[in-house]
Amino acid sequence: MHGHGGGSQKDGVKTEGKIALIGSPNVGKSVIFHRLTGRYATVSNYPGTTVELSRGVASLGGKDYEIIDTPGTYSLFPLSEDERVTQRIILKERPDVLVHVVDGKNISLMLPLTLELIETGLPVILVVNMLDEAGERGIELDLAALQRALGIPVVGTIATERKGIDELKKSIAHLASFDYRPIRTSYPPRIESALKEVMELLPDGSGLSRRFIALLALAGDREAVEALEKGPSKEAILKRAEEMRREYRHSMRYIAKMTGKKRSQEILRRVVRRREGRKNRVTDRLGELTVRPLTGFPILLVVFYVMYRFVGVFGAGTLVDFFEQVLFGRYLNPAVSRLVESHIPFPLLQELLVGEYGLITMGLTYSIAIVLPIVSTFFFAFGILEDSGYFPRLTIMANRAFKKIGLSGKSALPMILGLGCDTMATLTTRILDSRKERIIATLLLALAVPCSAQLGVILGIVAGVSTRLLIVVFGVVFLQIFIVGYLASKVIPGESSDFIVEIPPIRIPHLSNVLVKTYMRMEWFLFEAVPLFLLGTLILFVLDKLSMLALVEGMAQPVVVGLLGLPKEATAAFIMGFLRRDYGAAGIFAMSRQGLLDPIQLAVSLVVIMLFVPCIANLFVIIKERGKKTALYIVAFIFPYAIFIGAVLNYLLRAFEVSL
Amino acid sequence: MPSNEAEEVLEILWIKTEEEGLSAVRKEDLLSADYDLESALDELAEEGSVEVKGGNVRLTEKGKGEARDIIRRHRLAERLLVDVLEMAEERVEEAACRFEHALPRGVDESVCTLLGHPRLCPDGNPIPPGRCCEEGREKIERLISPLTELEVGCEGRIAYITSRRHERLQRLMAMGIVPGLPVRLLQTFPSYVIEVEETQIALDAEIADEIYVRCERH
Repeated sequence: MHGHGGGSQKDGVKTEGKIALIGSPNVGKSVIFHRLTGRYATVSNYPGTTVELSRGVASLGGKDYEIIDTPGTYSLFPLSEDERVTQRIILKERPDVLVHVVDGKNISLMLPLTLELIETGLPVILVVNMLDEAGERGIELDLAALQRALGIPVVGTIATERKGIDELKKSIAHLASFDYRPIRTSYPPRIESALKEVMELLPDGSGLSRRFIALLALAGDREAVEALEKGPSKEAILKRAEEMRREYRHSMRYIAKMTGKKRSQEILRRVVRRREGRKNRVTDRLGELTVRPLTGFPILLVVFYVMYRFVGVFGAGTLVDFFEQVLFGRYLNPAVSRLVESHIPFPLLQELLVGEYGLITMGLTYSIAIVLPIVSTFFFAFGILEDSGYFPRLTIMANRAFKKIGLSGKSALPMILGLGCDTMATLTTRILDSRKERIIATLLLALAVPCSAQLGVILGIVAGVSTRLLIVVFGVVFLQIFIVGYLASKVIPGESSDFIVEIPPIRIPHLSNVLVKTYMRMEWFLFEAVPLFLLGTLILFVLDKLSMLALVEGMAQPVVVGLLGLPKEATAAFIMGFLRRDYGAAGIFAMSRQGLLDPIQLAVSLVVIMLFVPCIANLFVIIKERGKKTALYIVAFIFPYAIFIGAVLNYLLRAFEVSL
Repeated sequence: MPSNEAEEVLEILWIKTEEEGLSAVRKEDLLSADYDLESALDELAEEGSVEVKGGNVRLTEKGKGEARDIIRRHRLAERLLVDVLEMAEERVEEAACRFEHALPRGVDESVCTLLGHPRLCPDGNPIPPGRCCEEGREKIERLISPLTELEVGCEGRIAYITSRRHERLQRLMAMGIVPGLPVRLLQTFPSYVIEVEETQIALDAEIADEIYVRCERH
């Protein structure tokens, strides 16, 4: 989940300068971005959420600036893709100002990056954010002293309350008149002399300091070295870097980092004062309870239950009933149908708009009346959990189980999101660190995580039959997560990434921030998902018109009837399931109400429909995120696997004459 | 006891055969300005520590044991100098060389226990385990232990991080988790959680096992 605002304003508005907001995750960069540009990019506690770049425009001191919200970055010697992106922005786009945002209460962990940014030779402004949280913890910061020590402008802010934002704007606008004398970091003598050697080999005039490029080159930075012009000087630089690697027991990055660390500690000695803070605040205490095993798991269940009540019962029940049956069913659709029928003389066109597979009666109705209420309630609940800082805590609870299936605790987030919407969840697999984990998570989401809409319908069916059916159906499906996850972790090459996650404090979410965020995501849903629904409806319409639905039904008969032991009408439900997961389930629902399915058939068909190929929107996102080839592999696996499991279940239930 | 020069040769032989996987080492690869190779080899052959055949030198079982001890003392010395005496990096190598010869047998076990049976030297090379590591004897109260062996609530400073995985080390470092940093262990299950500054960080047991802390207060 990420800000879908910004986008291409860059091309629309002519800007006179470029400002990059830089900082590690959870320092409030996105809020500052929003405060500067007036647009809201998603603010999140989850490390690395701002994977996509947000760009916006801010007018400061009568000039328009392009503002870039860079991904979470700890260091300019990149380790993650996020950091690589930030480094690339600095190297290639060379912003006019780098605004480094730090969390005031953790300033000593973050100041080394300020020193690295200063090394680039680009002007740096330091923003010390979250002064309120620092204050609550008894940390007093002498920002004037910090400004003197660093020789760059330093601004204190509480971005969530808009405090200090005007000062920041002013200090950007008046940067030219600031007595800018940045501090220099000196490294151990042998490194300094190597730096000097490399600097002499480097061409001049890139706008960046040669010292910075030399530092990157000596640290063996792949991209910085590749960017150098081929020739004797490049060879010499590579050779020197290789020598340094051999000569030093630690890598250059380590030495640079340790030097920066030492330097910033010296600086902060004159800046930070600690007094006894109010420890054990209620939220801190709550935060602790959420991660202790004894209290954490019950809290987890409660959170799930409340979310289920809100999304599944209120959203998927009450709201959907109102939208689908009252608003669309009683008023909108009949009115539109009448309008179309009286004004459009062509029957085919009429059917296309308001027929059985009509764009309006099916496509729009289903997306707006059924799915939108569910995803909106989900987005809202998700936004609250996100801003409260609960998600990273969840990863602590989930890590052990997820390790077994080749995933780290971080993957708990997309998996839970998948219970809301697998399509959204597939997008968020970007937060995972390794390619292997992203593929496994995408596969498991597509295979075995039912989305909220489907879940709602299935719970509705099963609740009417028996608890045993519920246990069998969900037991079989969730078992697949572990079987397939375990096998996939053995088959897919690559290593699973380390589990190192920053846990931000529990915060009380600002309702307005959550609402704005929910709104932004709904907007995204309307613009990106609804067209897919319409496209899918169109495909069904064409299939129906060409009588191909019946053809496919005939072709699938041996499998559906033979292997799975289901009536042939179930084929239509499976095809619908590809369009939307809940359509398929709804089809099963209708069949079971007509008395076409016995309990075993119900169990088999529900298991198959849950495991079956993901919906069309999800498939598009899988292709977009993982590429055509991986998407093909995933589908080629899921399709027969779902049928295989269904067939096995059918066989076992019948062989042992299980009564459900 | 072999002479210092012979010990140097044993050390190189160990690294080449046991760590780099060669079955035998050619004589010319052992040449160095630090010792007279021929006399060192004569001495070692006489004691039955090496076999010299053609141009190839091979460690005998006896020689392997001796070499292993020297390597162990050398790398323990490095750890001691870096972690406890906090000696500047560039001076460590030379001092460790002198230390390894001076460190009497038996004392290495005390040093090893004191340091919490470290598995890697500061360069990341493995320290061959001694009897003390295998038995896990705790003669002296440990100064430094991995996070996984500390009790919840323990406060201290990070002494060193033994990870051989470069990426992991870098990731920790980038987040500010470096030697010298004050930490507090908050919990160990279901994941390890440490507090550094005002930040809480969750870790795998696998990573926590590689972070050694000098515990200062419970």
